[in-house]
Amino acid sequence: MSRFTPLVALALLLIASACQPADPAPEASEITLYAGRSASLVEPIVEQFEAATGITVNVRQGGTSALAVALLEEGEASPADVFWAQDGGALGAVHKAGLFMAMPDSIANKVPAGMRNDAQTWVATSGRARVLAYAPDRVDASELPASIFDLTDARYQGRVGWAPTNGSFQSFVTAMRMIEGEERTKAWLEGMAANDAVAFTNNSAIIQGLADGEADMGITNHYYLIRFKDGDAAFPVEQVFFEAGNTGNLVNVAGMGVLNTSEAKPAALRFVSFMLSNTAQEYFGNQIFEYPVTNGVTTNERLIPMDSLSTLQPAIDLEQLDDLDGTLALLRDVGLI
Amino acid sequence: MLRTLKAKLAGPRPVTLWPLGVTILIVGAGVLGPLAYLVLRAFEGDWASVQALVLRPRNLTLLGRTVGLTAAVLALVIALSLPLAWLTTRTTLAQHRWITLVGVLPLAIPSYVLAYTLLAATGNYGLLTQAFGLPVPRPSGFTGAWLALSFYTFPYMFLNLRAALLGLDASLEESAQTLGYGTWSVFGRVVMPQLRPALAAGSLIVALHVLGDFGVVSLMRFETFSYAIYLQYSAAFDRVYAAWLALMLIALTVAVLVVEAWVLRGVTLHGNKAGHHRAPRPRPLGRWRIPAVGFVGGLALLSFVLPVGTLLYWLVRSTPSLANLAEALLGSTSVALPAALGASLLAMPLAYYSVRHPSPLTQTTERVAYLGYAMPPLAFALAMIFLSLLLVPAWYQSIGILLIAYIMHYLAEAIGPVRSALYQAPPRLEEAARTLGHRPFGAFVKVTLPLLQRGLVVSTAFIFLAVMKELPLTFLLAPAGFQSLALRVWSFSTEALFDRAAPFALLLLLFSACFVGLLLLTRGDKA
Repeated sequence: MSRFTPLVALALLLIASACQPADPAPEASEITLYAGRSASLVEPIVEQFEAATGITVNVRQGGTSALAVALLEEGEASPADVFWAQDGGALGAVHKAGLFMAMPDSIANKVPAGMRNDAQTWVATSGRARVLAYAPDRVDASELPASIFDLTDARYQGRVGWAPTNGSFQSFVTAMRMIEGEERTKAWLEGMAANDAVAFTNNSAIIQGLADGEADMGITNHYYLIRFKDGDAAFPVEQVFFEAGNTGNLVNVAGMGVLNTSEAKPAALRFVSFMLSNTAQEYFGNQIFEYPVTNGVTTNERLIPMDSLSTLQPAIDLEQLDDLDGTLALLRDVGLI
Repeated sequence: MLRTLKAKLAGPRPVTLWPLGVTILIVGAGVLGPLAYLVLRAFEGDWASVQALVLRPRNLTLLGRTVGLTAAVLALVIALSLPLAWLTTRTTLAQHRWITLVGVLPLAIPSYVLAYTLLAATGNYGLLTQAFGLPVPRPSGFTGAWLALSFYTFPYMFLNLRAALLGLDASLEESAQTLGYGTWSVFGRVVMPQLRPALAAGSLIVALHVLGDFGVVSLMRFETFSYAIYLQYSAAFDRVYAAWLALMLIALTVAVLVVEAWVLRGVTLHGNKAGHHRAPRPRPLGRWRIPAVGFVGGLALLSFVLPVGTLLYWLVRSTPSLANLAEALLGSTSVALPAALGASLLAMPLAYYSVRHPSPLTQTTERVAYLGYAMPPLAFALAMIFLSLLLVPAWYQSIGILLIAYIMHYLAEAIGPVRSALYQAPPRLEEAARTLGHRPFGAFVKVTLPLLQRGLVVSTAFIFLAVMKELPLTFLLAPAGFQSLALRVWSFSTEALFDRAAPFALLLLLFSACFVGLLLLTRGDKA
């Protein structure tokens, strides 16, 4: 008995202690971040934050939409302190459910009015545009479509890559529903599926897939390709915008909000504030090649200036992009998710 | 009732029953509880919407793809492993040990790592194009999933077939030959029928792997049930539909188990009594020698050399962060160790009572443990999440739930080695100790436990290594901030960041190699 019991006790103790939720330290030196952006984008800047503040960030990595729905399901029991979404739509959905706290002016005023919602419950951390990436060795410039709606043409059959399960794409569908209406959006989605669009799980995979010949063109966010080119100038993929004002050129934001239920609000707000600091904006702008959202940092010279981008993008109020449920229902309805 | 049972179990001497009771409770609650709750969850909501979910045409497509993939993998696995097993047991090629090794080494590459290397090697911009100017089209979708799963699982079939071929009595084959049958006829009429149990057992393992696989189908983007469950989780978080998909996958798994039992019904093999058993004389291959060596070499090239080469190619191109590597290694180890200890400890009473005091109760408990092992991990993990949210919300997203899931999943694997050790520990020793005045439990601890040490160490090591490379349970149940080698490889691979995945994949490979080494050692197979 004597030799056996301690072993059992030890094992039980191990399991039991592992089951304890992490203690909220008195001065909240730990926060939990629900990150709906790729791990490779999140990690470097989170590490900088940890080094600068001594606050540990526990990251739950996942799809933006999944994490938004998880927050809605978890409600008050959610361990999350900060939600970092890769699109305004998911932020809108969480805001609509009343789960975000209002941020103080000192943080909200760091970004211009269009880059946060009126209630100041979320702020943008960076901006990004939707583009059409393509493989020039298989796509002639004359073949490039003027509108995203052209992609359902027979001549693009089986050649277009997309990521129907990805948050940026889903937010884009929400925007399309608002701009073009439910019917036209549904018809486009069905047309794309019928045209054998190649489904990838995320934007990086689309870009890599274009280089590898899995698809000839792909609808994605603007900064992924630039990151690939940064590591390998000869990377055989290019990207273009659709014609000016086309829905395919949607400009969206990545952004974050602090949960009402957070027990570490000061640390969580510090995290948000850090993401709007010059250090972080510099990182988003010059290493991820997104558009900075504060005045302190200028757009990287490899991007077209924000002014030109404004003339290309379709008119939309990002705050209206909160009907995530409707978009998911539509995607389910057409059998894409 | 309890008294009669106790009397029945006890036999002439009283038996301590509480460890068995506790074990049955834990295993029953741990395996059946989540599954039962999964059913409850699935029927949540109004009947009309449940009907709509169940009758979605998409489910039929998923079923077709899942079954189709399983059948295709089985076919390729048999086509690869049967000739290889024959070559290594019946021909002069068997003297060359590396040939047997070809049938075992791919086990050292976790299936999702294999999928990752297939992706990273091919395509217009992959390794083969960049290094050799060979633009091999990327095998994503069905082809990719089929190849990766076949290369990964064929060793299981090979080991089964090889053991069966080595165990066959050569005199049967030789008599057939004397009666004028040629090599092919002997193989078809004498050898094949006797291989049926090995084929069935191997097919079961392969089928369970394919049904339960998540890493390969998600990286290859081939929509089977597992991948669909994952998509519902990552893209929609539609829990009720995910629960239904999980139930459908479980039903399919149960169907496979039933079919296997049906195929094996009434199979008995005679003619290999110990002592009369003799290995057949190895056959020279003659002009078939070159094609045979070509076959084995090609297999080695595709299933081992190419994956490892690809890994090294991308490793050279990566700038590994030692801190991240250490964190992932620590994460993997910190769950693998307690899970392995827990599973072995739980396996001990189960194995003990089923060997020393077998009863319907112990048998049933063991079957439940096997059910936990056969359950597709993604479905099991989902059930765990649901149940933990219902019963102990505080445990939701805690390491504890992850550990419980590992233990329930791997328990069946831990029972085997402990049971073998028990068979070798004579019960008389324990009885002698009791005659000397020790209480039953004391006798077990003093006498039998030391004899079980080797078995316990082996099962702990097995589970430890298995958990190190486990992906689907870890993926769904890991708490925020938890990193492991498997999660790293998977997440970088899905982003097509092949260079960044390489160092983590290589570390995993080292652990898996230990797993294979252990497997070979314990099988006593001097490959």
